[in-house]
Amino acid sequence: MLFTTIILSLREIRRHVLRSFLTVLGVVIGVAAVVTMVTLGDAATRSVQAQIASLGSNLLTIMPGQGFGRGGGGAAPQPFKPEDVEAIRTQIGGITATAPQVQTTVTAIRNSANWSVSVNGTSSDFLVGQQWKIVDGRGFTPAEEIAGKSVCLIGNTVRTNLYHAEEPIGTRVRLGDISCEVIGLLATRGQSGFGQDNDNTVLMPYKAVQRRLTGNRNVQTIMVAVDPRYDSKAIQDAITALMRERRKIGADKEDDFNIFDTKQISDTLAGATNTLTRIVTAVAAISLLVGGIGIMNIMLVSVTERTREIGIRLAIGAVAREVLLQFLVEAVVLSSLGGLVGLLIALFACAGLSALMHVPFLWLPQINLIAFAISAAIGVIFGYFPARRAASLNPIDALRHE
Amino acid sequence: MTPAEPLIALSGVTKRYGRGANAFDALKGIDLDIAAGDFVAVMGPSGSGKSTMMNILGCLDVPSGGTFRFRGVPVEGLDADERSLLRRRYLGFVFQGFNLLARTSALENVELPLVYRGEPRKRRRELGMDALERVGLAPWATHTPAELSGGQQQRVAIARAIVTHPDVLLADEPTGNLDSQRSIEIMELLTDLNRSSGITVLMVTHEPDMAGFAHTIVHFKDGLVDRIERGAGAGAPA
Ligand SMILES: Nc1ncnc2c1ncn2[C@@H]1O[C@H](COP(=O)(O)OP(=O)(O)O)[C@@H](O)[C@H]1O
Ligand SMILES: [Mg+2]
Repeated sequence: MLFTTIILSLREIRRHVLRSFLTVLGVVIGVAAVVTMVTLGDAATRSVQAQIASLGSNLLTIMPGQGFGRGGGGAAPQPFKPEDVEAIRTQIGGITATAPQVQTTVTAIRNSANWSVSVNGTSSDFLVGQQWKIVDGRGFTPAEEIAGKSVCLIGNTVRTNLYHAEEPIGTRVRLGDISCEVIGLLATRGQSGFGQDNDNTVLMPYKAVQRRLTGNRNVQTIMVAVDPRYDSKAIQDAITALMRERRKIGADKEDDFNIFDTKQISDTLAGATNTLTRIVTAVAAISLLVGGIGIMNIMLVSVTERTREIGIRLAIGAVAREVLLQFLVEAVVLSSLGGLVGLLIALFACAGLSALMHVPFLWLPQINLIAFAISAAIGVIFGYFPARRAASLNPIDALRHE
Repeated sequence: MTPAEPLIALSGVTKRYGRGANAFDALKGIDLDIAAGDFVAVMGPSGSGKSTMMNILGCLDVPSGGTFRFRGVPVEGLDADERSLLRRRYLGFVFQGFNLLARTSALENVELPLVYRGEPRKRRRELGMDALERVGLAPWATHTPAELSGGQQQRVAIARAIVTHPDVLLADEPTGNLDSQRSIEIMELLTDLNRSSGITVLMVTHEPDMAGFAHTIVHFKDGLVDRIERGAGAGAPA
């Protein structure tokens, strides 16, 4: 009987192409929408998380100036000096690296190629704090740092644009008015969380930059890496106290410098990402509901249409459970078919959209499974229960149904 | 079933449609016995309750009161599935409005009762083609109802009713959509089924010519049996 019923059901599906198609369509839309949305939401979350990770963890950046939103005006705050860096390094506990940053932008020239790069005058502690590897060549020696020798480490973008296939280590590159020996190649870091290219960088000992490029002893920012075992807040307080003292800020005056904590920034971003995930999940749940109502509608309409058919089958001797089995098989076949097509569409949509959105392409088994199961269940339930009502009618009442 | 028990026995059968102020008594107390092998024509003005009684006899509907015994079994005592099995096993029904499955070929329509009897595919095909042949529609086996005329649909409906070789064939105005030539052919078919296969035939008709083929004529009036004529026509109770 089951086999005959399956054959009967398949025949009915084929006979009513439009109705079957509409039923399938409801499931397809439900499944495709949910899977696509959740997958892309998850991919976006992961990409934000990757960018957060690229900020480095537990880094403090100290820069002169008033805090945000406190109104500018007044004299420009005094810049830091190398002595401030030294004071932090020697007097603050619980930090693993302290590095000055003297930044400027110059045009780099090599052979006939020229390229605008960001020059960062710093110390080898900068690479320690940033956990930035040298893939070829070597870093600065203490002697080179003390002497402010004109040696440099270049990022991959600089290398690609100036050197092409040529081996850069040991060559000299022109940076603005000065010439500099390339001693190392930095590992690729990609985009920063804020869209700038981390690899379009030249690192030099800060003294070299100060003496030859900026022409003063100013340090724009100080980077401090916090030992993860220590409390970042306490270290920030200690640095604030030290800087206030060194900069002779009266007890009644505001700080004239800021400390940014990457951990704080990443916590904020992570919080925003969690909100995003929750919103996407809510939208997905709604679209599943809408898809479900679509399926429900088609199934209800088709059962109403089919009440006469149910009447005919009962009248010629079918018992209710045989008619129901047929409807159940039909609903299962259509819903599964729709579910599979929906999953396929979602796969293609995710592939296309993830490329457009610059997020990683993912395939998440659990959401595929859940969306498929829920839509199929809705299809089966709403195919089955209205049919059950129709099959419980007197045959003559089912036949009279308009 | 004791020897004296008629195949069909109605006693005091009533049918009320609607309820309260809208209630309407379509059958007001039918007493009627039909012996196995009889050929019965039911006549009467439109709205007199003929179709209502046929539906009850066909176990498609249940009476509001009275008793209906089929082969000695009170049908009121059966549940919906048991009535389905009665229809499947013993009854063939030709509806006034055909009630064929749309988008389904004549042959598949005719085969349908055999599907629920669990007949294998090949046997369904054979029996289905036989039945179509008896109503002269073998060449139209693959046509769907939409591709057939009203008369042809009527004959598909008859083929579907006789394909199982039922004990009782119930036909509600089986010649209502046919010209007189076709009508006579159908009546000859019913007569043959009644005579050679011993099928008990009950049919509703408006035309005295058609009723002339029957052995018993039951006249309906206002939901009651007005009068019964016996012994005239072709069929003779066994
Ligand atoms: N489902 C129904 N609901 C209400 N009234 C009905 C229904 N079916 C039939 N009737 C009424 O019952 C009466 C008998 O109908 P029916 O048995 O079809 O008559 P006939 O077949 O003799 O023309 C008619 O007055 C008809 O209007
Ligand atoms: Mg009628």
